[in-house]
Amino acid sequence: MTKDKQERPETAAPAIQLKNISKSFGPVQANKNISLTVNSGTIHGIVGENGAGKSTLMSILYGFYKADSGDIYIRNAKTSIPDSQAAISAGIGMVFQHFKLVENFTVLENVILGAEDGALLKDSLSKARRQLQELSTEYELDVDPDAIIENLSVGLQQRVEILKALYRRANILILDEPTGVLTPAEADHLFRILKNLRDQGKTVILITHKLREIMDATDTVSVMRSGEMTATIKTNQTSPEKLAELMVGRKVLLNVSKSVAKAGDIALEVKDLKVTDEKGVLRVKGITFNVREGEILGIAGVAGNGQSELLEALGGFRKSQGLVSVYGHSLDLESPSGQEIRDQSIAHVPEDRQRLGLIMDFTAWENIGFGYQHEPEYSNSWGLMNNRKMRKDASNKMEKFDVRPSNIKLKVRNFSGGNQQKLVLAREIERNPDILLIGQPTRGVDIGAIEFIHNEIIKMRDEGKAIILVSVELDEILSLTDRVSVMFDGNLVGDRITRETNARELGLLMGGETD
Amino acid sequence: MIDFDTLLQVLDSSVRLSIPLLLACLAGLFSERAGIFDIGLEGKMLASAFAAGAAAFVTGSALIGMLAGIFASIILSAVHGVASITFKGNQLISGVAINFLASGLTALIGQNWFRQGGQTPPLSGSARFNEITLPLAELLRDVPIFGKIYYELISGHTLLVYIAFLIVPLTWWILFRTRFGLRLRAVGENPAAVDTSGISVVRQRYAAILICGILCGLAGAYLSTGIGAGFGKEMTAGKGFIALAALIFAKWKPVPALWACLLFGFLEAIGIRFQNIEIPGVGTIPLQLMQALPYILTVIILAGFVGKAIPPKAGGEPYNKE
Repeated sequence: MTKDKQERPETAAPAIQLKNISKSFGPVQANKNISLTVNSGTIHGIVGENGAGKSTLMSILYGFYKADSGDIYIRNAKTSIPDSQAAISAGIGMVFQHFKLVENFTVLENVILGAEDGALLKDSLSKARRQLQELSTEYELDVDPDAIIENLSVGLQQRVEILKALYRRANILILDEPTGVLTPAEADHLFRILKNLRDQGKTVILITHKLREIMDATDTVSVMRSGEMTATIKTNQTSPEKLAELMVGRKVLLNVSKSVAKAGDIALEVKDLKVTDEKGVLRVKGITFNVREGEILGIAGVAGNGQSELLEALGGFRKSQGLVSVYGHSLDLESPSGQEIRDQSIAHVPEDRQRLGLIMDFTAWENIGFGYQHEPEYSNSWGLMNNRKMRKDASNKMEKFDVRPSNIKLKVRNFSGGNQQKLVLAREIERNPDILLIGQPTRGVDIGAIEFIHNEIIKMRDEGKAIILVSVELDEILSLTDRVSVMFDGNLVGDRITRETNARELGLLMGGETD
Repeated sequence: MIDFDTLLQVLDSSVRLSIPLLLACLAGLFSERAGIFDIGLEGKMLASAFAAGAAAFVTGSALIGMLAGIFASIILSAVHGVASITFKGNQLISGVAINFLASGLTALIGQNWFRQGGQTPPLSGSARFNEITLPLAELLRDVPIFGKIYYELISGHTLLVYIAFLIVPLTWWILFRTRFGLRLRAVGENPAAVDTSGISVVRQRYAAILICGILCGLAGAYLSTGIGAGFGKEMTAGKGFIALAALIFAKWKPVPALWACLLFGFLEAIGIRFQNIEIPGVGTIPLQLMQALPYILTVIILAGFVGKAIPPKAGGEPYNKE
């Protein structure tokens, strides 16, 4: 159990001081000589691209990894954190990006797991019930203690994670990309909770790649780039542009510059489309829309409102009912096939690129050829696959899309998220399709690569292609699309012209407040 | 057609036949609830049956036999643990290997020691668990219905039968009312949740496997020194797999596991008792069909005809940080 932590933190003593922390995984140095001071009673943001070393650093602080060298000081006392138990005793709580909850347990059971008071559960459960009551009134953290986790929304599940940390008397709360799965309203509520915690003297470390959140919520911000801590600045003395530059190491255009769309004929028409998932639940409840040549239709919404099922149905992965026609040709929805989709000149960049877009243990050149391996250009005169041609083609495409490293024989697993996405894009876009379906184009992708991907999408639009873009990132929807529909609970609840709407309006629609 | 006495006899033998299944099923329950799939229940039971039979013969004590059986079973459990927890190997393959190992070793060592074609010599007297007559049973046996049920069905089993029945509520209590049970269920559902709470996933899973070993040991000892009188080659005859089917049927819950195992025991008992059933117009049901009943039910259960069973979410997967 944790020691009594009731004494007030001295305002002068920093909550955490890291001194010269280094950590290597084989040849890769994830953290290089990192020093960081986090003051008590502040919200401290940490930004950086994927692979910059933020997660590694936090894992060291939470006892998941052991640093190769360097020291950790918690309130001026040198502390060794060999495991998570030690981190918890030192008053550190962590809310992971992927929640660490037991889904078929109740809230209470999850809260006490690992922090039980004795061999029997009865007393721990009633004690936790009392404490949860207190915490929920103190910090706006209401949640039904007897609810089963899997029946709770992600926003509430996240609250359970915070409660878990507070129940263990955490004074320092680390949150890793906490808003990725939240509606804008839920995210606002979260930040209110965090500010509340700060005002009560707790220290919050917020790891995110969303610069807007850093600007809105933090007091101080530290930037990491390729394993190094490049800057720590007061938030009110910096700007998103400055932070982006510090993260990437060069100037970055955060906003895509694009002309007004010149929409042409209807390319893809969808009527009363219904999609049922494996469990027999209706996930897309009869939606109708169309996309014209030369425009980008955005589908916004919080993850899990049927967008994935919609994309998978359009992409030929999933059975559906209704009508989907491409330039007047109806697709077979009863027995869909990816081949038919490709034959209709539809390219699909799936949301979950690692599961649906790539075979992780195959090489880059194989992955670039997949789905098109039967095409004449990849075949030899015997009708067999011509590997040499495929490799040549892969090499060209990788060069054009600036995939790094440019080694076509490397397994896809070994590329970074952004480069994996570029591989998929290279395969799909270079076919010169008429229609592009693209889901979460920049999820897990570095800022530098985001800029590239966004420009490619705009370029396709300007070439007169019809594009459907599904994204949970409102900023992306607002900066890329020409029209936007919000998906909520399997329905399209609002159609807007993108330049005539704003984040607030879309946020309300995403939360189910229909017009 | 079936009179009351016959019914009681069939039920009585259902109870006896279901005990090894029940013990193995609860063994599997502990293991699988902690996320370690255990296809090696069969092999552990077999090894334990042999060790119990051999030790009971040598020492003349059923109790020492039982301890030897438990020991043998725990050793195999430990092998499974090292392979699947420490070295993160494939749990199915490790389980299959244990089954082969047990099947081969028991026959080989049995032949080498006792020279009776892989069997152990027949056991008698204190080398077996003897039937316990419960208090008042003799007195009440002539009371119609209830007295008879008490005498025939409830009284007159070996110690292990009563222990097995007591383990059912005990398992429930451990799983759902204790810290140990909470953590055990948690490592089977989401080991990362346990790990991030600062609790060792590895230790928790080994503890589960240890209990699994003990219970399989009891099941094996019962086969050779309780219901049987000595070890016979391959005497488990697929009971470990039937126990797994019962576990799935029971959706990994202790009390339903009891009913599932009793059902399998009942089918087996029917197969033994009614070997030549005449059905008018159809003819005699072949003996083989009657004896195959438990296996047929196993196939039906595993094919998913009795509703969807959702196994512990992290089952079968070694735990890797990140």
